[in-house]
Amino acid sequence: MSDVIRLKVKRQDRPDAEPYWEEFALPWKPRHNVVSLLMALRENPVNAKGERVAPVVFEANCMEEVCGSCTMIINGKVKQACSTLIEGLQQPITLEPMTKFPVVRDLLVDRQRMFDALRKVRAWVPIDGAWDIHVHAPRISPREWELNYDFSRCMTCGCCMEACPQYHPGSQFIGPSPLGQAWLFNNHPTGKFSAEDRLHALMGPGGITDCGNAQNCVRACPKEIKLTDAIAKLGRQTTSQMLKDIFSR
Amino acid sequence: MAAKKPRVIVVGGGLGGLWATIRAAEAGLQVDLFSLFQVKRSHSACAQGGINACLDTKGQRDSIRQHIIDTIKGAAYLVNQPPVKSLCEEAPGLIRTFDRMGVTFSRTPEGVMDLRLFGGVKNKRTCFAGATTGQQLLYAVDEQVRAHEDAGSVKKYEWWEFLSLVRDGAGRCRGIVAIDLKTMETRAFAADAVILATGGLGLVFGLSTNSTNSTGAAASRCWQQGARFANGEFMQFHPTAMPGDDKHRLMSEASRGEGGRIWVPRDPKDKREPAQIPEAERWYFLEEWYPAYGNTVPRDVASRAIWKVCRDLKQGLNGQDLVYLDLSHLDAKWLRTRLGGILEIYEKFSGEDPTRQPMKIFPAVHYSMGGLWVDWEKDEKTGAMKQPSPRNHQTNVPGLFACGECDYQYHGANRLGANSLLSASFSGRVAGESAAAYVKGLGKTLAAVDAGQPAFADEKRRQDSLNNELLSNRGDENPFLLHKELGELMRTKCSIVRDNKGLDQALSALGELKSRSRRMKLDDTRSWANAPLIYARQVQDMVVLAEVIAKGARMRDECRGSHWKPEFELPIPEGKFPGDPEFEEYRAKWKRENDKWLKNTLADWTPDGPAISYEPVDTSVLPVEEPRDYR
Repeated sequence: MSDVIRLKVKRQDRPDAEPYWEEFALPWKPRHNVVSLLMALRENPVNAKGERVAPVVFEANCMEEVCGSCTMIINGKVKQACSTLIEGLQQPITLEPMTKFPVVRDLLVDRQRMFDALRKVRAWVPIDGAWDIHVHAPRISPREWELNYDFSRCMTCGCCMEACPQYHPGSQFIGPSPLGQAWLFNNHPTGKFSAEDRLHALMGPGGITDCGNAQNCVRACPKEIKLTDAIAKLGRQTTSQMLKDIFSR
Repeated sequence: MAAKKPRVIVVGGGLGGLWATIRAAEAGLQVDLFSLFQVKRSHSACAQGGINACLDTKGQRDSIRQHIIDTIKGAAYLVNQPPVKSLCEEAPGLIRTFDRMGVTFSRTPEGVMDLRLFGGVKNKRTCFAGATTGQQLLYAVDEQVRAHEDAGSVKKYEWWEFLSLVRDGAGRCRGIVAIDLKTMETRAFAADAVILATGGLGLVFGLSTNSTNSTGAAASRCWQQGARFANGEFMQFHPTAMPGDDKHRLMSEASRGEGGRIWVPRDPKDKREPAQIPEAERWYFLEEWYPAYGNTVPRDVASRAIWKVCRDLKQGLNGQDLVYLDLSHLDAKWLRTRLGGILEIYEKFSGEDPTRQPMKIFPAVHYSMGGLWVDWEKDEKTGAMKQPSPRNHQTNVPGLFACGECDYQYHGANRLGANSLLSASFSGRVAGESAAAYVKGLGKTLAAVDAGQPAFADEKRRQDSLNNELLSNRGDENPFLLHKELGELMRTKCSIVRDNKGLDQALSALGELKSRSRRMKLDDTRSWANAPLIYARQVQDMVVLAEVIAKGARMRDECRGSHWKPEFELPIPEGKFPGDPEFEEYRAKWKRENDKWLKNTLADWTPDGPAISYEPVDTSVLPVEEPRDYR
């Protein structure tokens, strides 16, 4: 085991600045992950040329792969940085910001577009109000629960969006993660009351038919959410909605 | 007209802040919601095991009364009881509301919400969604807030950091100053009321189970501007965390609630693999010491027991600060459904499968029972909290409310597991409603008066000058290393077991850290997304908050819940139970001790450090007669 960790970071000072690569060498420590490595680096931000530079800017929070903050491209693959252990990574380790979202600085990107998409597909269960109405939601079988729980763990981390060839700054495609959420709420016993609204939001340009069925999303998801299953089911739902719309006109 | 609508600012987008946002919006207020990051990333997502509510669906004759008793006793009685009464009474209604929002609560074969056992209780009372309950609850309110955003009643300011309150000449809170974490622009925002929901302060201890943004800096800033802090010395150590150099990763109490067992080899020199050690040669010390509750004793009790085994008895695994948390005797498939979330975390970070071999764990800083002091109004008819009331969850600063982990209200000296998701949701809900009642009482909207008033400009100028002072780089202290020192100090001197000598050392070391934190050097002086500047400011405020914690601990000469000074311990006589003369003698002493110390610690900011005073707690619901006893 080498006693240094060699790191190559694709940096960018501002959204409109040119990116550049900077190399670093850090002392090896057992059980380092990519975020803890960046934390060690900010304590002593000296590059491989021996120059003291501004610490690398990155986003992280939970450190246990549940908040979705620290997504970045590590050795060419999009991942959660906190749960990517240094042992087992080929060196030099390359870190790049996601390419599908605007860079704010260094590894920090702005994923607002994903959150806007959640709004567009109305990814919530409409309720009369956040007060007690003295009854529960309808019963849900353990089997349906398991299907829904798979999708309710989506952290909006963006790995699937990064991996999707159809999703990029120049495309209107809404992307796999919001589609998964649209399916989740359509599958809820009262969420389905507004299924039509969600389906209508997914028809037309940027909607579900823009999915190219590359299936990269499901492979990139750190939670192994069955995104392609949801997209397939949503595809059928939108088709029948379209027919329904035509005949009810 | 939108401009005429009264405005409320909510700072923090975790479970508490989002509940407050929803209720304030439903009450007709315009909400400006501030968060350091997209609110969906908040630390509430890390809560795993569940949320307590008496649903009594397990044939155990569970009762709300029992939930109240368990919570108050769990808190070592150091808690105003009427708010706890409201908390427990309204828990089932909150759960039903969450259910309607679509939370994926785990189900029984009949399709109704399942319940599991948690610590410090004997009945199954914990609703859960696998082992990611906090994440599921957070997402539900995140979604509801998005619906309000869509309707125009909520505007999010994500990637903005709260820097300070704006108080008018009468001391009333009239808004905040915040900084845009991308452009580094500081700006004053006006509002009729401000709700602080900024979470915990685990980062004051460096390593904890908390997310890296749980610094307590926002609460510290309010404290330095006159908001009172209460019970700072009560810091919960979660008994079962996976130690790490970057974070101690929580392994939910649910693992024990579902049958997990804590043990060490009877022979500390036993080097065999855990599976090779026969049952008789394992020491299940919690089950031995606390047969009535076994592995699900409250957290303070479990943490001290593990501490005793490792530090005093030197029985930790290989002489280290580690014990086994064993699930390997349980069915692997069933474990995946019930606890998948934590099994994944353990596997990813250790490379070991906890369904096959025991996890190695040790207690870690987890939750601050202390926080900003908040008021409440009593309903004399019901003996609970009167609702709505503008007093509920209002701090001593008029117009400033606090909810969630950053307040001190419900957990006293020790919080019960799965009561934090409950208190975060409940207090957020109450704070939103209270702020609405307060604004209504104002009779006019103050926020309509523009933010150009002198108080706003003055406060913005003060914040700019604090930033400029740091950016001018006159010092030589590295903020990241200073924070490490702070954490190390707090973890050693303000730990599970404390003593006055160590606390005196901590206080003098904190004094030094405080002055050193004024002389920092930043490696980044740019005016775009300058993370070190923000970090440096947080470190300054963390050091100040650490003094509140250490001073409170130094002055409280007793053992209560998470605050433990062996010098003042009043042990239950071994083998004696209620009715035995020795136990009754102990009970009398315990009551005398309560006369002296059953008081909330209040800390007020002064230029010379925290001024500590005490106030009595309301014990009108459950008389203080039964000592905590989990044997």
